[in-house]
Amino acid sequence: MTEGRNTPSDVTLLTAAAALAAIERGELSPTELFEAYRSAAAADELNAYLWVAEDAHDPAPPGLPLAGVPIAVKDLFCTEGVPSQAGSKILEGYRPPYTASVVARLAVAGAPLLGKTNQDEFAMGSSNENSAFGPVLNPWDRTRVPGGSSGGSAAAVAAGSAPWALGTDTGGSIRQPAALCGIVGLKPTYGTVSRYGMIAFASSLDQAGPLTRDVTDAALLLKHMVGQDDRDATSIGFPGEIELPRGDSLKGIRLGVPEELSGAGVGIEQGVLDAFNATLKLAESLGASVETCHLPHAPHALSAYYVLAPAEASSNLARYDGVRYGRRIERGGLVGMYTKTRSQGFGAEVKRRIMLGTYSLSSGYYDAYYGRAQRVRTKIADDFRAAFDRFDFVVTPTAPSVAFELGSKTADPLAMYLNDYCTVPMSLAGIPAISIPNGLSDDLPTGVQLCGPAFSENRVLEAAYALEQAIGFENLAHPPRSRE
Amino acid sequence: LTTLESPSMIDREQVLHVARLARLELTEDEVGRMSEELSAVLGHIEKIGELDLDGVPPTTHVVEVSNALRPDVVEPSLAREVALASAPAVADGGFLVPSPQADADSGLR
Amino acid sequence: MSEFEPVIGLEIHVQLSTHTKMFCGCALAFGEPPNTLTCPTCLGLPGTLPRANEQAIHFGLMIGLALGSDLAPRSIFHRKNYFYPDLPKGYQISQYDEPLCRGGQLGDVRIHRVHLEEDAAKLIHAGASGRIHGSDASVVDFNRGGTPLAEIVTEPDVRSAAQAREWLTLLRTTLRRLGVSDVNMEEGSLRCDANISIRPVGSTELGTKTELKNMNSFRYLERGVNAEIARQEALLRSGRHVVQETLHFDPQTERITSLRSKEEAHDYRYFPEPDLVPVATSEQMLAAARDAMPELPAAREERLQSLGISAASARQLAWRTELGDYFEAALAAGNSPVGAFIQPLANWVCNELVARVGEDDPNASNVTPDALAKLVALVGSKDVTVGNAKLVLDRLVADGGDPAAIVEAEGLGAMGGGDDALEPIVAAALAANADAAEKIRAGNMKAIGAIIGHVMRETKGRADGAEVTRVVREKLGL
Ligand SMILES: [Mg+2]
Ligand SMILES: [Zn+2]
Repeated sequence: MTEGRNTPSDVTLLTAAAALAAIERGELSPTELFEAYRSAAAADELNAYLWVAEDAHDPAPPGLPLAGVPIAVKDLFCTEGVPSQAGSKILEGYRPPYTASVVARLAVAGAPLLGKTNQDEFAMGSSNENSAFGPVLNPWDRTRVPGGSSGGSAAAVAAGSAPWALGTDTGGSIRQPAALCGIVGLKPTYGTVSRYGMIAFASSLDQAGPLTRDVTDAALLLKHMVGQDDRDATSIGFPGEIELPRGDSLKGIRLGVPEELSGAGVGIEQGVLDAFNATLKLAESLGASVETCHLPHAPHALSAYYVLAPAEASSNLARYDGVRYGRRIERGGLVGMYTKTRSQGFGAEVKRRIMLGTYSLSSGYYDAYYGRAQRVRTKIADDFRAAFDRFDFVVTPTAPSVAFELGSKTADPLAMYLNDYCTVPMSLAGIPAISIPNGLSDDLPTGVQLCGPAFSENRVLEAAYALEQAIGFENLAHPPRSRE
Repeated sequence: LTTLESPSMIDREQVLHVARLARLELTEDEVGRMSEELSAVLGHIEKIGELDLDGVPPTTHVVEVSNALRPDVVEPSLAREVALASAPAVADGGFLVPSPQADADSGLR
Repeated sequence: MSEFEPVIGLEIHVQLSTHTKMFCGCALAFGEPPNTLTCPTCLGLPGTLPRANEQAIHFGLMIGLALGSDLAPRSIFHRKNYFYPDLPKGYQISQYDEPLCRGGQLGDVRIHRVHLEEDAAKLIHAGASGRIHGSDASVVDFNRGGTPLAEIVTEPDVRSAAQAREWLTLLRTTLRRLGVSDVNMEEGSLRCDANISIRPVGSTELGTKTELKNMNSFRYLERGVNAEIARQEALLRSGRHVVQETLHFDPQTERITSLRSKEEAHDYRYFPEPDLVPVATSEQMLAAARDAMPELPAAREERLQSLGISAASARQLAWRTELGDYFEAALAAGNSPVGAFIQPLANWVCNELVARVGEDDPNASNVTPDALAKLVALVGSKDVTVGNAKLVLDRLVADGGDPAAIVEAEGLGAMGGGDDALEPIVAAALAANADAAEKIRAGNMKAIGAIIGHVMRETKGRADGAEVTRVVREKLGL
């Protein structure tokens, strides 16, 4: 932006797409933009960051598609020479010798690394209270959680200390914190974004995605994230290109509202439901049809998820043994070293899930738990396929409640797990789902979730954009300076 | 969407066995708590036992890809200093660990 | 007390000779300094993912074809979970209930399955160095970690240690012939474990089996299996019973010790590897494997026999690939009629040449196949006696060269039938050995040895033994 017209803090009010446009018009220098965010991140009071770049090294060469708009990255993405700890004590200070494919891809596109964001340890959690480096605070109300596990990324974007951020979603870890922080979060189709360099939680579910201020930014970031990667055998890339959404109508769009994920008795807070129902009305006014639909196996999704994800995690986390990297505590020979290292290196929730996963894979239980859960997964994917025969999208509230008070659910793992009730089914089916801000309840953000068939990202973004325009959400967590 | 009460299905002995498999050491308190919490979660999970899943194939991968093989072409390896850089203990160009044999001899393994 | 019969199944791990590891691009090499052939993936660094080596799959399919296995149209990798310092991820990527190949047969032993997996790293015992609070320490070298392995599991069809050894020899030759592995037991590229049980002869029930590990040579395999059979027999004869366990054979002391006496029962918690996708064996992959198949030892043995070679020679030539190759090269080089030439040539290769080059590859020796073929032809045409031909072979082994030229230069040519020069030499020999001559005349043909010896000394071996006998008989009027 031209000198004198704006102070550095003002540029952090721009969406990433707007900042990009300003750079391209020559009105904003990428160095100035980076510095503005760098100082905002360094001054962050929400504990959203675990590491912030000390200076903007080489400014991005001109002409790159992301033009030097910096990005905050969840701690679990490996970044060469930069702490990558997955929110865990067991990896405290660990600096990998390589960079995750998606982070490298974004760097090549012109998005330099701004900082590493706090998260629930190994992405296990829905409140960010499971970080070994302390909880993240919700910028809307600092006595409340930002959601999780990508809580640091969500809080940073909502508070304006990052233009946008990378998160990962295994059962809702992008969408739920996006909802609780009043921003946009998108979990892409499984396989469209490379997992290489993402410290694994549950390999068959983990997927990286954008956390952004609006739908356009989500599309813009995703556009440069997707792509097949030879380093990830499960990566397939995206057929075609991610396009920036522009439509404002939902004419002819058929929305299915699953009874199982939004009906009475499901346990969704009234305020969240009211906002959800208001948005359905709005959608109708934009030309959409809204009908109840059924996902008969969705009520079992959480159960299947809490078999599959911990099972994979118990195996993925076996490598933290104190031999090659990370923390080691020596006592009593090899087994002593293993057990001390792991018992003191992992937090309570991680240990709980390792125990759960180890149990369900152990001899005699595989068929009853893991085998069955995989079959439930098939049924859930079938349910969605059937729904998409009749509907373009399935819509639900993103999270059953607004941001809750810090500490209010830490004593009850099951209550915490229920946060993912509406987001886990899409993860199991591997389909794209977006959460967009859906107005306030008790002065706190709520989210609405839209999902479509595999690889329907462009249509999902288009519909989400139309809804976003109609909802007209204002991010009060990042107030313009003039209001202060 | 309610928290279920369930009878303790995973007892102390099972908790200890699973902890051994996972190379975790639990305090007495943790053993008790783990037994309760895991039982509660498993109680919820066990509802999938009621579903009729006969003939339903398991889903291991949601993506329908096969092979994704790598050509047998050498790629550069890490310099040894880099490979060993994060190791908690190093000796003779390798990762130093307590000997597994010592555990086996003392019956710990 | 009844006699016992051993029931033995073998589990063989074969390191595949690909250029790179099973799931990463690190080079495979033996004897490099520790931890110089590693990358984020084979060190199990956080966030890394495996990618399967297509050449390893190709080799796996070739092994399956060689063993007559059913090649699975779809197979998947599983994780086998356990903690050990040589296992960087805390699990080994292996195959479980959907292996690459099932069934098959090699020689007289049925194959149960063949699957692919990754090798563990090398754990070097550092001794009581005192470096870790005075306790024993080990050092891990990840160079070997991730080497592609084919695990071949047989049905329990082996009935003796000798049979186990012989069958493993056939397997090794087959694998070497395929070119899929170095199959060197001492260097660990071929490793054999044996599942052993015994039962009363005539019984069809299986006894309790033990798993015997660490037999890193053919000799140790035979000794180890025999020792374990003896141990089990002694147990049963004294009224005790065999405990199912994993055992370690110490070749130095020939003692068998339990590897994991107090260890908790294994629970590997196998589950499908979510980081890899299924291997779908395409027509193209199958065709490539078929096209790459060489003639296998069993087929070669049959073909050589059909050419008129004795069973023993055919087996020796077929089971030692390089020997067979040498033989066939010599056969092709020789321009004598094959019928009369082939068995003598086989004998010269299998006996005389092997006696001189030992375990070394004869193709790398100074004796070219062409030279040996010429030498055998000279013997066949009686231009050189067998005895002198052996001297010529000694020369060839030492310095190489052309046999005819050596014969010429050294004056080793045979004196030949009807050669007048032989008569006076025989006459002189009879005169000098009157005793022997008398005995021969009295019918004791054994005494002719002294006469032949004398003639050979006089002629420097150029005389033909049969011709000498003929002349002796003639002179003595027999
Ligand atoms: Mg094996
Ligand atoms: Zn490697």
